[in-house]
Amino acid sequence: MKVSLQGLSWSARQRIIVDDVTLEIASGETFGLVGANGSGKSTLLRLIAGLMPRARGEVQLNGTPMSRLSRREVAQNLALVEQHADTDEALTARDAAELGRTPWLSALRPFGPADSAIVDQALEMVGMSHMADAAWDTLSGGERQRIHIARALAQQPGVLLLDEPTNHLDIHHQLSLLQLVRSLPVTVILALHDLNQAMECDRLGVMQGGRLIACGPPQEVLDPALLAQSFRVGARVLTDSHDSARLFRFHCIED
Amino acid sequence: MKLASPHNARHPVGGLALLCWWLGGMLLLMMAILLGVIIGETPLPLDTVAAVFANNLWNASYPVERIDAGIIWNYRLPRTLVAAACGAGLALSGVVLQALIRNALADPYLLGVSAGASTGAVAVTILGVGGGALGISSGAFIGAILAFSLVAALARAAGGGSAQLVLAGIAGSQLFNALTSFFVAKSANAEQARGIMFWLLGNLSGVRWPDVSLAVPAAIFGLVVCLWYIRAMDAFAFGARSAAALGVHVRRVQLVLIGAVTLMTATMVSLVGSIGFVGLVIPHVVRMLTGPRHAQLVPVAALAGAVFLIAADIASRLLIPGQVVAIGVVTALVGAPGFAVILIRNRRRS
Repeated sequence: MKVSLQGLSWSARQRIIVDDVTLEIASGETFGLVGANGSGKSTLLRLIAGLMPRARGEVQLNGTPMSRLSRREVAQNLALVEQHADTDEALTARDAAELGRTPWLSALRPFGPADSAIVDQALEMVGMSHMADAAWDTLSGGERQRIHIARALAQQPGVLLLDEPTNHLDIHHQLSLLQLVRSLPVTVILALHDLNQAMECDRLGVMQGGRLIACGPPQEVLDPALLAQSFRVGARVLTDSHDSARLFRFHCIED
Repeated sequence: MKLASPHNARHPVGGLALLCWWLGGMLLLMMAILLGVIIGETPLPLDTVAAVFANNLWNASYPVERIDAGIIWNYRLPRTLVAAACGAGLALSGVVLQALIRNALADPYLLGVSAGASTGAVAVTILGVGGGALGISSGAFIGAILAFSLVAALARAAGGGSAQLVLAGIAGSQLFNALTSFFVAKSANAEQARGIMFWLLGNLSGVRWPDVSLAVPAAIFGLVVCLWYIRAMDAFAFGARSAAALGVHVRRVQLVLIGAVTLMTATMVSLVGSIGFVGLVIPHVVRMLTGPRHAQLVPVAALAGAVFLIAADIASRLLIPGQVVAIGVVTALVGAPGFAVILIRNRRRS
């Protein structure tokens, strides 16, 4: 599913958080958003999901303005995994994943065997099948994160929005999650902190002060000058002799 | 024990099993109603009760003492039916508010809705607000809406969290209870004042058939609305924004569900006064049995609320021989320790 953003902006109390972002993301692309803390990545993801009040600009899904879709239709096409989504309810892991079927169900169309199979598959994909019956409050941060992603997959969206999905995950699950995300036949937009992980995206957008200051293939976008400007770090590029992949080694630079 | 495990959703309850659960629930409710009619200061034998029911429902003509017939049909039955409707309505109100606000303390009593309804009802009866055009129930409804709007606005101004809402609710309850007392002190004569103070604690003594025709439809309406929105209430588990991301029209769901809660609470308060702890405790107890999924929680909470309030009504008639204790006193006597147990259990769990 193709996603187009046109002049997306959002401000709170006269402070501009996201400033006039215009962007086209192709169907099936894995698009990474990078930027320092507070650069507007999370807000941009929420704006794309249509969850911010008083937003300016437009989001189009496959050419259809999202404002013309109902909340339910949006959720059938687009799933969002936020950071820090938590609950006090005594849900099981599976209960939480089943919430992903919400946009497809109604009082007259209850949860059925087909929905159950979709949830099973989603749990399988994030490697949480064996913990389906575990209580939510017994899950670790990483397990909760994977269940949130299973919930999003159970929505069967065309677009998946992930806000720092590798947070809380150990290195094995970070890598397997990114591999899973890239292998999905859907458009993925994800905010990332780890720039070496960001190198694996098809394209990257760099956010600074709410604006999209650079956009393109990772190798072109992430150069030492830009890293110094927007992340305030020095970076040396190393090349892995095994597969000639480029890696960054960072060091502090004085302000 | 689990009444219906959350995994019923995975293996959807067959139509037959679902029917059995509903029939079982109805049977339990009928038995509670029957007990509510039989037990009282003058216990009435089952065959007399059966004869009165047959006479009234199917125009049979079994010989029954007129006074017994009157007690059963005009006094105890409407009283028990209203108790059931109020219990169900208050329990559902608690379920809805706890789901939407995501706070274990949310119930119509704590959020000031009951207090606002009382003020509205008192304003109509004593001050004559509305000049006779407003019924007590409409007055209570307006009072309840005003109170909740005020509480919601205050919570928003204070930052908008669920803790703020509960704190604002406490302030709102105090304000509206004070207003009620003020209206009573200013305008009521001694006898009115005594009556109102008794009614405020919850009192089913004056209930007759016309009250049934308000309370029962309000409870059934509330139940249908809640059943319609079970999925949406589930989706609020991770907060309102998460619910919106799952395709829930958050504003509309909040408006409809809180409207239904206000309507139920206002109707119940205008008929029997404000009864505390049912909306708070019943949903928590039921959640321990059914789990947090609203498909099971909503119908079981409605049933449990109905049965609990019928039992409380029976107890209120029997506790002190020759005297009726206000039903709100009974629910608080049972509910407060019950709530304490829940608090301690939840702490252990976490």
